[in-house]
This record gives sequence, structure tokens and C-alpha cells, in this order.
Amino acid sequence: MALLQIAEPGQSTAPHQTKRAVGIDLGTTHSLVASVRSGQAETLVDANGQAILPSVVSYQTDEILTGYPAVAQSEIDPVNTIVSVKRFMGRSLADVQARGQKFPYQFCETENGLVAFDTPQGKINAIETSSHLLTTLRQRAEHSLGGDIDGAVITVPAYFDDAQRQATKDAAQLAGLKVLRLINEPTAAAVAYGLDSGDEGVIVVYDLGGGTFDVSVLRLQKGIFEVLATGGDSALGGDDFDQLLVDDFITQAGLNSGQLSQADLRHLANAARRVKEQLSDLASVAVSLKLSTGEYQLEVSRQHFEQLIEPLVRKTLRASKRALKDASISPDEILQVVMVGGSTRVPKVRADVAALFGKAPLTSIDPDKVVALGAALQADVLVGNKNADDMLLLDVIPLSLGLETMGGLVEKVIPRNSTIPIAKAQEFTTFKDGQTAMMIHVLQGERELVDDCRSLARFTLRDIPPLAAGAAHIRVTFQVDADGLLSVSAMEKSTGVSAAIDVKPSYGLSEDEITQMIKSSITHAKEDMTARMLAEQRVEAERVLEALDVAIAADGDKLLSCDERDGLLAGMAELKQVAQGQDDKAIELAIERVNKLSEVFAARRMDVSIRSALAGHKVDEV
Amino acid sequence: MDNYFELFGLPEQYSLDQTALTNTFRDLQKSVHPDQFVSQGEQAQRLAVQQSAQINDAFQTLKVPLKRAQYMLQLAGIDLQAEQHTLRDSAFLMQQMEWREHLEALKQAEDLDGLEQFSDTIAAAQKQLNDKIAQALDAGQHHQDAPTWANEVRKLSFMNKLMVEIAQAEDALDY
Repeated sequence: MALLQIAEPGQSTAPHQTKRAVGIDLGTTHSLVASVRSGQAETLVDANGQAILPSVVSYQTDEILTGYPAVAQSEIDPVNTIVSVKRFMGRSLADVQARGQKFPYQFCETENGLVAFDTPQGKINAIETSSHLLTTLRQRAEHSLGGDIDGAVITVPAYFDDAQRQATKDAAQLAGLKVLRLINEPTAAAVAYGLDSGDEGVIVVYDLGGGTFDVSVLRLQKGIFEVLATGGDSALGGDDFDQLLVDDFITQAGLNSGQLSQADLRHLANAARRVKEQLSDLASVAVSLKLSTGEYQLEVSRQHFEQLIEPLVRKTLRASKRALKDASISPDEILQVVMVGGSTRVPKVRADVAALFGKAPLTSIDPDKVVALGAALQADVLVGNKNADDMLLLDVIPLSLGLETMGGLVEKVIPRNSTIPIAKAQEFTTFKDGQTAMMIHVLQGERELVDDCRSLARFTLRDIPPLAAGAAHIRVTFQVDADGLLSVSAMEKSTGVSAAIDVKPSYGLSEDEITQMIKSSITHAKEDMTARMLAEQRVEAERVLEALDVAIAADGDKLLSCDERDGLLAGMAELKQVAQGQDDKAIELAIERVNKLSEVFAARRMDVSIRSALAGHKVDEV
Repeated sequence: MDNYFELFGLPEQYSLDQTALTNTFRDLQKSVHPDQFVSQGEQAQRLAVQQSAQINDAFQTLKVPLKRAQYMLQLAGIDLQAEQHTLRDSAFLMQQMEWREHLEALKQAEDLDGLEQFSDTIAAAQKQLNDKIAQALDAGQHHQDAPTWANEVRKLSFMNKLMVEIAQAEDALDY
């Protein structure tokens, strides 16, 4: 049922009704939700007028707190108050322990090794914690916009790998949000700035947040935001600046971290953040620390702070240079440098970035809000409120995808900075007579050795027809969709038999686990699961029927034979009827039947639209 | 529309109008990108992802000179990307070995200026070969004598790889 919406001149495709769409910046230190209202993107505020929701969740025996009330718990109950949960997304317990950083939490792991926290609310994994933040934002948006949310665009760091993206999408699903698209944070920021200024040219986005660093080079032309290259570090941000200050405090006070309690460490971290923020305006800051070992008065100068963070800032500049090189852009071709993320308030960061690119960076849009605002603008387009012809984002995959080959080496299948969506096929052959199964290990990263890359998943291909060694040719297709997420399909070429694939994500949850989590989640405890499934299928049915009505009215005469048309109309009538019933499975099957009936029609329309694009016409002129 | 040149409405030639290519790419993506089909159900998404991915692949293939040459030979019946075939041109093999040894020596000596000069030398050789290939492919010579031109394209591919290695060596010294 892939159809283009083609409107008669001067007529809209459907009764015009503004849909409720939001953009959500799910940040390491804080999160925001924004929406477009009367043509303007704006952040939505809570009952106290606050736009920022600190990304902190506190698990108490009788309640789950998010945002400021959770922050208040962070020093009282550090063990059960999760700060910067984004750093744990798509990560295993082993990953977290390997980094050697100290955390006050009671760590445990899910069945497949994902990191989780032991709390008075039970075992909670990072996806669930993120979903609690997203639920708070969803409820805020429903309240502000006056009804259910039709869809959300969620932002992720450009440098997030597949597991981290999938975890984010799962968290949104768990929070009851329909994800229109995951978009990259720097791209969202470019949208906010690009649409604001209307200038065309190369834009560099330098995005240093609480826990992640991204740099993206984009070309903006005729409403198309084309990402040329991206780079970064998904574990480098303002939190690391804070950690350096904490270590410095401990040294200055003549302590060692072993003497300090969890509450002390949280107190130090909070103090470090305040000192860092004050040093943006002051040359020197006095700090008094009340720890279990006593009280301490310290002094930190901006110069000293800058020395501490120098190596980290240099790391970001190196990644920026590399991204420029990958994009084949020289500094004098850059139209604008855009600063995003709270950490770009640090004067040294601004000065060093200006020196690198040879021009003063733009900071006219609040660096804390710009990502959410850009996401809201994109959500408005995707949900159909705004003409999609006005704006299109073409993003890239940040890290190469590869396969394990003999000797623990990685062979790249899709190189980094490839425009998505992208599909690449690779052929494999059997090496034993009668071999019917094969294992494929997919990795992400730039290094040559398997051990240096990130394991994404292991696939077992089964049901390969038993043939002589080397006779079976299995064509495996790797596809990365517009969200940056990987999927894999396989087929034996000589027989045309598609091989079954069992996916075992290395750092993710299976479909079943997600469904199970939704069922048992606190968010949906009061909701009837069946009612939700029924509602979802009805919405999908409506969507399918509406798009088909429009398509048949426009192209039915030209592109369908009488028989095809009658068959399709009969299928649609059936779907219309089934959708009024109570059986969600029956609706799903009826949708599938209609999809099957309309497949050829959809493909023909896609061809027509490609041809008309070639002819230089707009689709609605055909 | 399986032929990438046809997909972009361009003549099957090595020399091509990069501006027209880029503009057509944008127009095509505007008409098939999955973002245009978000509200139209899952099947629409799937089809759009496939179409959009094919257009991205076609664009990259036509945009990058080496890939374009490889693609034109593929259309003429020689699949250069999947092959295990090695080059049988002893003069070029000698040259190749000399270049490799030179690169190793520069790396050992951490000679950044030398690397830059070497990069210029290879770039010049690359351009010369590229021009030669352009002329031949535009004249359709690869249809008469595919093996010869496949060999020339293999050489170009080798030079590209060498350029990447020189750049990596420069980066390693630069930081």
C-alpha cells in the first residue's frame, strides 16, 4: 500500500486537520519536548513553567520520580536515583564495568547481559528508565496540546550505534509514543538554524552535550539537508568535565575516593557542575564542600579548569577535523558553525572551535533547546501538517557495518558516512557438503579486528538447501533504514529459497521481551492491552484505506485494469467492515490482504513519480 | 529501471554532468524518500526504503569516478568488484612495488613533507590514467575490448587505495 498522496490542484488530500506531533530531545543531563504551534516551534513547559526536565529518575518504594523531584533525591538516595541514564543505553554490564568509572547504583543485568539497576521498584533496565522520562514528557505534551500525541520524532546522538538507537526506539514504544523517526541531534539543530536563516551552504554543527559529542557537516540547498559526514564520541561530554573537577576537588582536599560515601560522591558531582557553570562567567569560584569526612573550602580558577579539560577539548577538535576531511570540505567553504549542547557554554570550547573553523560560532538559539526545536519542525512535516516537499533530511550512517571473516577480521559491507537508507548485498557459500546452516556475525566500527569493533548481532541462517560444498550461494542483504537501524534478509540464489534468520542482538532486547515489558510496564498497568492492540490496528486500517482512496481517485483509471481495480475495491470493502469489529488479528490479516492487492499499483505509482521527478515536474502536476 | 544511468536519465557515458546528477538525485529522493510516506502505513515505508536505498546506491556509483568506471565495465560484462582476479601487467606490478616500498620508507622516516610530495605524484598519475579511461569509455572502447579496460580500471583502483594509505600515514603523523 505504498502510495503517493497526489492532490488535485487547489485541493488538499484529506480534510485538513492539524495533528499533534512533538519533537523530543532525550538528553544525557536533561530532556525537552517541543511542538510546532501556529507555525512556530516552541518548547512545552511543565506545571511550574519549566521547559527542561532533568534526565534523572528516582525509584522509591511507593513511587517513581522524574525530573526535579528526582534530582532532590540524588544526594539523599543516590543508590536508587539514576542520573545520566543515556550513558547506559544499549550497553552491557560488562561494558560499564570495563570503563572503570564509579557509580553509586546496585548494578545487575538482564537475561542477555544488558545493564540494569536493582531498585525498590524491582530490576529496572536503562530502556525502562528512559521510558519513564519519555512518559513524563508525553504526559506534559498531551496536557499542553490537549489530547493524544499522533507521533514523535526522537533525537539521538549522530554517533550512536545500532544498539543505542534501537534501545531509544524501544524506550519510546514502551512510553506509549508512536515514533515517526529517530533523527540525529546535530541534524535537528541544523534544521532549527537552517530554516531560521534560510541561507544555503555548508553548515558545521558542533554538539557537545552532557554525555556525548557529535560533529556533523551538512550541505543545505533547496530545503534539503544533506549530511556529508559525521563524527564524534558517544561517551564524551560535560559529565566528563564534571568528573575531572570531582577528582581535582578530592586531590585538593587531600582525600582519597575510598574514604567517601556514595552521598559524598553525588554531592561532589553536583558541586562540580555548579562550579563549571559559574566559571563560564567568573575567573575564579570558591566552593565549600560538606562531606562525611568534614568541611572543605576550595578555590578553582577558570585557567585551572581549562587545563583540566584541555585533552578532552582537543579530542573533539580532532574529530571535527576528521569530519571536514571526510566531507571533502575546507574551512573557507563553511557558511556557518552552529553550537549545540550545554557544554558549548564553556568559554574555552567556544574559543577553540572558533579558532579551528576560523569563524565565530552561532549561538543565537538556546543551545539547550535547539535540538528539541529542530525535532519538532521535522515531526510537523512527517506527521503531514506541513508540505513534505519543503524539507528533506538526508542523513548518514556514522560507523561502518561489517562482517566477521576468517581469523577474527572484519570485512566492511557498508562504509561510514553512507547516505541512508542503504542496502548492500553480500554473497556467501557453504564450505561443507550438505551444509544447511551458517552463522554470520555483524559488527559496527572502523577497526580491522573483531575484538576492536562493536558486536551488533549474530545471525544463524537455517534451511539452506543441502547441496555440494560451494554450490549453495546465499545472498544476504543488509539494509539500514531512515532511522539508522539495521535489518537483514537472506536468500539461496539457485533455488530462490529464502533462508530463515534467527537474530540474536548482542546488546538489545528481542521483540518478545519488548512486548513483555510493555505488558508489565507501570505506564500501561491500567490500560487494557487488547484495547491498545485493537486501536493500533484500526488506526493502521484507516491510514491504509484513506491513502488508497486518494490514490485510486487520482490514478486508478490510468494504472489499474478493471479486474485489478475491482479486486482492490472488494478487499478494501472487506477491510472497512472487519475494522468495525473487535478482532485485532482479523484486522491485521485484512490489512495484509489489501496490501497484497495494492502492491503492484503502489509500485507503478512509485515508477510514475520517479519518471515525473526525472521530467522535472512536481509530483502534483502529473 | 535497473540501469543506474537510465534511473538518472543520463547517457551511459563516463564523462557526466555532476550538477545534473546531483539535482536529479535530490528530485528523486524528494519523490521516494521514506519520510514522505510516514503516515501511509508499513508497506509504504518498506517500499520507500528500498527505492530510496537504490537511488542512494545509484548516486554513489555514478558520482565516484572509480565506481562509475567499474559499473560501466559491469554493464559490459566484467564484474570487477566481486573478482579475485589479479593484475597481469608486469611493468605496473613493478611500479606498484616501488610505490609501496617508498610509502613504507616515508612512514619509517616520519617524513610528512615527503608524504605530501608523494601524494602529489600519485594524484598526477591518477589523473593521467583517469583521463585515458574517460576517453576510452566515452568512445565505447570497453565494449570492443573489455579485458584491456578492466585492467586499466584495476590500476586506478590500486592508486585510489594507495592514496587512502598515504592520507592515513599523514594523519598518523599530523596529530
